Amino acid sequence: MTAKPNSFRTMPDERGHFGQFGGRYVAETLMPLILDLEREYRAAKADPAFKARFDDLLEHYVGRPSPLYFAERLTEHFGGGQIWFKREELNHTGAHKINNCIGQILLAMRMGKTRIIAETGAGQHGVATATVCARFGLPCVIYMGETDVERQKPNVFRMKLLGAEVVPVTSGSKTLKDAMNEALRDWVANVHDTFYIIGTAAGPHPYPELVRDFQSVIGREARAQMLARTGQLPDLLIAAVGGGSNAIGLFHPFLDDPEVAMIGVEAAGHGIETGKHAASLTGGAPGVLHGNKTYLLQDEDGQITEAHSISAGLDYPGIGPEHSWLHESGRVKYLPITDDEALEAFQLCCKLEGIIPALESAHALAALPKLAKDYASDQRILVNVSGRGDKDIFTVAQHLGVKL
Amino acid sequence: MTRLASAFAKGHPALVTFITAGDGDTAANLDALVEGGADVIELGMPFTDPMADGPAIQAANLRSLGKGTTTADIFAIAAAFRQRHPQVPLVLMGYANPMVRRGPEWFAAEAAKAGVDGVICVDIPPEEDEALGPALRAAGVAPIRLATPTTDAARLPAVLEGSSGFLYYVSVAGITGKQQAALASIEENVARLKAATDLPVAVGFGVRTPAQAAEIARVADGAVVGSALVELIGQYGAQAPDHVRRLTASLAEAVHRAGNMSLGSSLRA
Repeated sequence: MTAKPNSFRTMPDERGHFGQFGGRYVAETLMPLILDLEREYRAAKADPAFKARFDDLLEHYVGRPSPLYFAERLTEHFGGGQIWFKREELNHTGAHKINNCIGQILLAMRMGKTRIIAETGAGQHGVATATVCARFGLPCVIYMGETDVERQKPNVFRMKLLGAEVVPVTSGSKTLKDAMNEALRDWVANVHDTFYIIGTAAGPHPYPELVRDFQSVIGREARAQMLARTGQLPDLLIAAVGGGSNAIGLFHPFLDDPEVAMIGVEAAGHGIETGKHAASLTGGAPGVLHGNKTYLLQDEDGQITEAHSISAGLDYPGIGPEHSWLHESGRVKYLPITDDEALEAFQLCCKLEGIIPALESAHALAALPKLAKDYASDQRILVNVSGRGDKDIFTVAQHLGVKL
Repeated sequence: MTRLASAFAKGHPALVTFITAGDGDTAANLDALVEGGADVIELGMPFTDPMADGPAIQAANLRSLGKGTTTADIFAIAAAFRQRHPQVPLVLMGYANPMVRRGPEWFAAEAAKAGVDGVICVDIPPEEDEALGPALRAAGVAPIRLATPTTDAARLPAVLEGSSGFLYYVSVAGITGKQQAALASIEENVARLKAATDLPVAVGFGVRTPAQAAEIARVADGAVVGSALVELIGQYGAQAPDHVRRLTASLAEAVHRAGNMSLGSSLRA
């Protein structure tokens, strides 16, 4: 391992690199736009009016701050550290995704863009994007893999109700990565008027940075709430990682608190050893895809291999570049959790806490049986419940052999 | 003079053709391109996620990968081509990940060994040049860059810096094989590029017919045709080489003659 940096919170560098990861690996057509976006983002970040607008919408439209909740019965159940939830599933549209969409649509309007595109896997980011487009009156096209359109029908209908055009993508594996390819194809042909709202902390610089910044409201609130409620910082943070926006949003404000341990949970699908998984860090290698260098699921020739997860939101063969860097620097540990483990945690959370978590968040909860007992009863484990699970009840029913 | 430089110094504009490696009988199709009169050949490296390509080349990528084409196969195709055609420049075109997977030095060395003259990487802009550029230059393989309608005067020097072989002007902001840009805008942009570089400028994206290619050839040093050829390979499979040869011949005739006409008109003027 290389020497520890003085701070884990100063990345990326001016070229958008997190160590060897990140960067701007895009076609020349997009490069000038990416540079424009970066300039505009720097200006927005320094503009108190932009921040005031963002904060106001988060408070009154999204419903922030989201609660910090002590999960008393799960704590009793595991008999180890105290289990706390950051309740992102209570946000408007039911997940953390909306935080980022508010920030990006404000940027889009600041740049004078009049058309919005986005990709979506589970549909949560698509719904959040369609929502902000409805709110601000901008036309919206959502690219979604045909496989995901089929398994996430309620979200497809939500997007349509909100006025978005949903385009099923039939190329490749017909899932999230293919939706992202198609969104990039649209963008490259419509750079003059179109803003691409990327849903996770990945893609070409400055996306990983700006998505992280918009999502860091999660960690800033959690930090203040935890200090106010317990007088101390949490001992352990746990969050699910697909692209990794909810995780980086929670982790980033704590990265320079050495006493706070962090675990990112990757989707292990049927198990790492089966090859049917979506765990890029555990089962992948560094490479270049979708504008950034990061860990990817790929074969020896650099062809991208298909990801598998019960959770459509984690079903992606890559991960945000900052996670790749945090993984290699050792600051954050990454743990694979299988479909079955996530399903079990999903049910346990429903029964013991009366909260139906998203299957993505259920992956984070599934780390608790492995970790909670290692912590004393006066220690605090904070889990990011990034989304609610209403969208997943059909998938869960199917896996439990229940016909709805 | 390098093979690439010679191809653009024949006294007429160059026809640059593209096909995807491992799609159909690639050796026979490459021979058909040469027999038809192509001056430069781009050999596409198939990738699972061809973000900059339209439906025709996406489908060719999938057909090739579906048959199990590997990076080693592509270098073998290139090396065999070099044996059969010692003078025709061959350029590899594709995406970053298959090129950097085993390290840029490995890729550049293999390309040089196979007799490859240049490499076009769609998703490594000048800002990320160090990911592949230094290795290519050290191995004597030309890094060929793309300029687009969005490449403004401020960026152009960065695009030209460290590039060689020729400059590929992508005439439309979009993906391969779709609409063609207005000729006036192409002419204006090519003039802008040529004022900034001594490299030959070849124009591609959306060039499908001999008539279109001839129009391009009147204002640029070369015209690039890809999707139209790739579609023939998708359509005719094992019988494709005859069709590829015929289309290439009519494209080559149109492109080569367009040069004479523009020379003639400038002499008259």
